[in-house]
Amino acid sequence: MIEIHNIQKSFNGVKVLNGISGIFESGRTNLLLGASGTGKSVLLQCIVGLIKPDLGSITYDGKVFTNNKLDLKQEIRRKIGMLFQGSALFDSMNVEENVEFPLRMLTKMGREERRERVEFCLKRVGLENAGKKMPSEISGGMKKRVGIARAIAPNSRYLFCDEPNSGLDPLTAIKIDELIYELTKEYDITTVIVTHDMNSVMEIGDNIMFLHKGNKLWEGGREEIMDTSVPELKEFIFASSLMRAAKKVDEELGSLDELSTIQTNREPEEEKPQE
Amino acid sequence: MKTLGSYLLFLNTLIRRGESFRILFNRTMDEAILIGINSVFIVGIVSTFIGAVTCVQISYNLTNALIPRSTIGFMVREMTILELAPTITSIVLAGKVGSNIAGGLGTMRITEQIDALEVMGINSASYLVLPKIIASLLMFPLLVILAMTLSILGGYVAGSLSGALSAQEYVEGLRSEFIPYNIVFALIKSFVFAFLISSISSYLGYNTKGGALEVGAASTKAVTNSIIAVLIADFVCAYVLL
Repeated sequence: MIEIHNIQKSFNGVKVLNGISGIFESGRTNLLLGASGTGKSVLLQCIVGLIKPDLGSITYDGKVFTNNKLDLKQEIRRKIGMLFQGSALFDSMNVEENVEFPLRMLTKMGREERRERVEFCLKRVGLENAGKKMPSEISGGMKKRVGIARAIAPNSRYLFCDEPNSGLDPLTAIKIDELIYELTKEYDITTVIVTHDMNSVMEIGDNIMFLHKGNKLWEGGREEIMDTSVPELKEFIFASSLMRAAKKVDEELGSLDELSTIQTNREPEEEKPQE
Repeated sequence: MKTLGSYLLFLNTLIRRGESFRILFNRTMDEAILIGINSVFIVGIVSTFIGAVTCVQISYNLTNALIPRSTIGFMVREMTILELAPTITSIVLAGKVGSNIAGGLGTMRITEQIDALEVMGINSASYLVLPKIIASLLMFPLLVILAMTLSILGGYVAGSLSGALSAQEYVEGLRSEFIPYNIVFALIKSFVFAFLISSISSYLGYNTKGGALEVGAASTKAVTNSIIAVLIADFVCAYVLL
């Protein structure tokens, strides 16, 4: 579980985050939702320690991350896996080497053990045959999968995803969403996802935090989001013609409730032991 | 002053919480191949022709019949060891290695690869930059020795082929009044230049912000700033050490 309390951040006098607090529970997909420029990515970077917040505290399973000793910070960081917007795969390494990298750097695994773990992770994301390819030789969707495999390889307890399906076609985007959702449930990971994609919200949003101009305006599950009374969130949700059409159908036939029900009635994943 | 302070702080981060010796050694060897072995060809071409041209031009200017022709060999040796081999080689390497370092790190920065290392809890500066600096410190002196050798050989070939002086006269000139300290001086300079080029280029590449345009700008800046630093250091070394 990750707890953030009163996170504030300004750049050149402009307040980007205005006292954000919240709890991200393990085994749940926690979404940071909002339009571009609302501070979602900055909040994520504060949480993982890439940016130091001006004020506020962040704790990982009760261990304070902000303003703590470097050693403890490092200890927490070694349990963090992150999928970057552009995947951030290392250009000079092939797919296998990319996935193996955190194992080589962060664990004391032997060569054979690392190889087995890499094989397992690549198989888990459906890329068992792409190990020898270079990042420049694979598609955007495959890069995201490699990024996910690299993030989970060292048995990370926390998974952060910065717009995991940006730049992907809808079908691939849904597959990536589903993969993240499955991994979160399977390994009981605390997952935090930055997104502005309503498809992701309806597919995998266990807990959604809506940000607007650096403020948290709403928090809840995907089953509640359609009934929100927050005007900014309403405007955001129904910005697309598809959602407006869905709303219209709902008003006429009451079927939007059905849509929410379909999304929330996802069958629970079977518990699997962590590899 | 702000930039200088930032540069010094950057150098400080290289030695804080570094990776294990094994990782540092492996990374340094990789970088040594990229920086050293891959630069042998360009250094060889440049230094051979510089030696040849120096020989021909000295011969052209040395018209006084009272000055022995062997002086040409002596002057080629002195110019090569004291100045041309360390300085010209370093300027060439500032272009090749400096732009490569800044471009590589800049690209890693804008594609979030450096952030990925930081999130994993790895000191990205130490992991990426320190091996480049150590590899430069190891390889630059070797490249300068290679440049000295090839430059003197270039002068020998050019002198013989052009008929400016005989091989015997050239060798006689090479061997006259040799001061071993000059070699030490050239190697000290190459260490200084190696550090300046690799650290300045790394600093500029590592701190790139923006996109592809800024990566290009960082590479250009790395080359120009490195060359200026090399020339200033060249003067300081000559003033202090000779």
